[in-house]
Amino acid sequence: MKDFAELFRHVDQTTKTNAKVAALAEYFATATEDDKLWTIALFTGRRPKRTVTSSKLREWAADAAGIPLWLFEDSYSVVGDLAETISLVLPEAKGVEDHSLTYWISRTKSFPKLEEDDRKTAVLSAWTQLPNYQRFLFNKLLTGGFRVGVSAKLVTRALSQTTGQDAAVLTHKLMGQWTPDTTTWQALIEDDDPQSDLSKPYPFYLAHALDNLDQLSDPTGWNAERKWDGIRGQLIVRQGEHYIWSRGEDLMTDRFPELAQLKDFVPDGTVIDGEILAFRDGAPLSFNALQKRIGRKTVPKKLLAEAPVVLMAYDLLEDQGRDIREVTFAERRNRLEKIIKSAPDHLPLHLSSSVPFDSWDHLAKERDRSRDLNAEGLMLKRLDSPYLSGRKRGDWWKWKIDPLTIDAVMIYAQAGHGRRANLFTDYTFAVWNGNELTPFTKAYSGLTDAEFREITSWVRKNTLQRFGPVRQVPPHHVFEIAFEGIQASPRHKSGVALRFPRMLRWRKDKPVAEANTLADLKEMLEPYG
Amino acid sequence: MSDVLTFTDRGIYCAAGDFYIDPWKSVDRALITHGHADHARPGMKAYLATPTAKPVMQYRLGSDARIETQLYGIEQKIGSASVSFHPAGHVPGSAQIKVVVDGEAWVVSGDYKTVDDGLSEPFEPVKCHAFISECTFGLPVFNWTPQDVLADQINTWWQANHSEGRFSLLGAYALGKAQRLLSTVDASIGPILTHGAIENTNEVLRAQGIALPDTIRVTPELNIKDYPRALVLATPGALAQSWAQKFNPSSSAFASGWMALRGVRRRRSADQGFIVSDHADWRGLNEAIAATEAEKIFVTHGYTSQFRRWLEDQGYDAHIVATDYTGDEDSGE
Repeated sequence: MKDFAELFRHVDQTTKTNAKVAALAEYFATATEDDKLWTIALFTGRRPKRTVTSSKLREWAADAAGIPLWLFEDSYSVVGDLAETISLVLPEAKGVEDHSLTYWISRTKSFPKLEEDDRKTAVLSAWTQLPNYQRFLFNKLLTGGFRVGVSAKLVTRALSQTTGQDAAVLTHKLMGQWTPDTTTWQALIEDDDPQSDLSKPYPFYLAHALDNLDQLSDPTGWNAERKWDGIRGQLIVRQGEHYIWSRGEDLMTDRFPELAQLKDFVPDGTVIDGEILAFRDGAPLSFNALQKRIGRKTVPKKLLAEAPVVLMAYDLLEDQGRDIREVTFAERRNRLEKIIKSAPDHLPLHLSSSVPFDSWDHLAKERDRSRDLNAEGLMLKRLDSPYLSGRKRGDWWKWKIDPLTIDAVMIYAQAGHGRRANLFTDYTFAVWNGNELTPFTKAYSGLTDAEFREITSWVRKNTLQRFGPVRQVPPHHVFEIAFEGIQASPRHKSGVALRFPRMLRWRKDKPVAEANTLADLKEMLEPYG
Repeated sequence: MSDVLTFTDRGIYCAAGDFYIDPWKSVDRALITHGHADHARPGMKAYLATPTAKPVMQYRLGSDARIETQLYGIEQKIGSASVSFHPAGHVPGSAQIKVVVDGEAWVVSGDYKTVDDGLSEPFEPVKCHAFISECTFGLPVFNWTPQDVLADQINTWWQANHSEGRFSLLGAYALGKAQRLLSTVDASIGPILTHGAIENTNEVLRAQGIALPDTIRVTPELNIKDYPRALVLATPGALAQSWAQKFNPSSSAFASGWMALRGVRRRRSADQGFIVSDHADWRGLNEAIAATEAEKIFVTHGYTSQFRRWLEDQGYDAHIVATDYTGDEDSGE
């Protein structure tokens, strides 16, 4: 695993994209086919099944390090990564002969067959054998979540360099539900036909945020539609089967049983890009309704009735079995419209309507209506644009509405973990309720590193009380908190819960007394809740 | 028996001798463990420190500051307290301060590390009844790279950049870490350039007879193109600013205990992170505390709540003391 560890160290330590791609390309040029396949799998989020529970790993690691479990847990909360914490607390490894990445993966795959004592022995022996960095990676294989500063995009760029194949084609090949156990390097990379896998989705095309309309000049030639607030998904109907993929490449077919009927009406060889929305009585429900369905593998009847979903169709990627991503958006949309019109009306499949407009001012007014329609804003697409892959600038733009905001007082601070281990970055905010401050949200993001450092040094000097890792601080700093939505919540002391809260600005100009009140916050429930 | 030292809102106070140790508010008499800004603050009527620590303090606090000195290992009576300074191994001249009143000995560690960095006077364990310890890195995940391996890592990195015609930009704070790195690297690889804040400290230390390799101060007049393969030592702040951009092409690195954490290393966006600190690591803290044979331990800055609980588990009478010390590496320096 030495060469894989070396590759990982390279890509993990440099911030330069070209250096990462070069290191990957060099690895792909020299590693064995099995190791290459596993490397691609790991870097594109396909980790081997977890074969040891995380609680056992913690126990064994604390034991081997000679520290109590609570101290291991506290260390983990600072480091923010279980695999790394384990490799840091263990005594230095002996280091023996080198085995391949594939060897270590097959070792971990053999664990379920072992009795627990033997499994423990096997893990401890790996820990004593593997030097620091390899030990960290071995732990990553055990714990999953192989997130590194390498995106699927960089992997395809590097593969493109080594194999001479087009990067977009490679991106497509790497999509879908393959694992190194179900395919080979030859089949996945060298053989030519991405269509051979019936369930294989296309790479999603993502839009950049629009800063100002000047970027677009003339309004003709653009199509506007609502930016719906659901889960972006791809519906595939091929040979009488249907598949639903999320943007994060999760196969979600079984989570939305009401969409199963679509395969009986949508022709074979059709792939639709759209948004899965909770939808009832002819209108989308808020994201909160959909949230209850996310992460549920089976759906109880009651929930199915409360929050039924539809696919709001945006685009057509495959028509009559042919990849039509090169065709213009206008033409793709025409064909999409035909498919939807020829299907019965009662189907949970809707066309995302165009929003007609004759000037940008006119469109801005339409954008202002977004919240009333439970939409996040508008999408602008050039009528003559192809369907690209990944986040690209120019042809597609998202034009989101401004967030809701409130001025709040920081009352607790907690150190972050991982990247932010030595900074106080996690804050609890309160609003005035009479003479008292009522906490209503936490927020972690939105400030610059310099601001986080400034607050960190202030927190250290101004701690009133400690509750474990949490520090109570005097009400002194006011922050403008931005959020996307608000709903009533009896579980929270404040009676409200926010969606995606973050710090928009540090209001150094604002005295604490002028922060907003709980009444201000609750007033927002009326129009937005 | 009353406490030898008490913890006040001005700093650590000795009533028997009417003096403070590393106070953060203005007092008449301040005993100083070392010259870092969070320990040697301006505004004291009189300072007492080791002779090696004095020049940097004088430079930083101004020529008006009244600084007396006391050698390591010498006992001096102040009021009814007996005071001595002992090497802390943190930076040149840094000291632990031992205070004895009526046969009861308390030691204030200041900042310390137990490994010999080849530059500072090596840490010396001092037996006492109560030990006031920092614990900047008081978690078992902090274990430093041995000095020889560290030297090898830095030299290999510089050598590789040197042969590819790149600058090697290395971030380290100005007093202590920078000079430690200077005395660690193999100066025969190439020229060494320094940021002004570091070179100012170098000059003070050289003037007092501490040997450092030759360095070249980066000034607006200096033509850096003449030194394309140089090692460039800069403060972490300067490395993040436009100051560093003129060194191109380059590879950048930080040298800090925080580099032990992958997340922090990635946040700093450097190409390399060297795990090196002038504070004790987990093992160092535990060994140092055991060697004092003290029963009562006060922990000041760092991972205080976890470390205190760990000490209590080990059978110590352990407490947290709130101070204004930050640990010079706290903010990621």
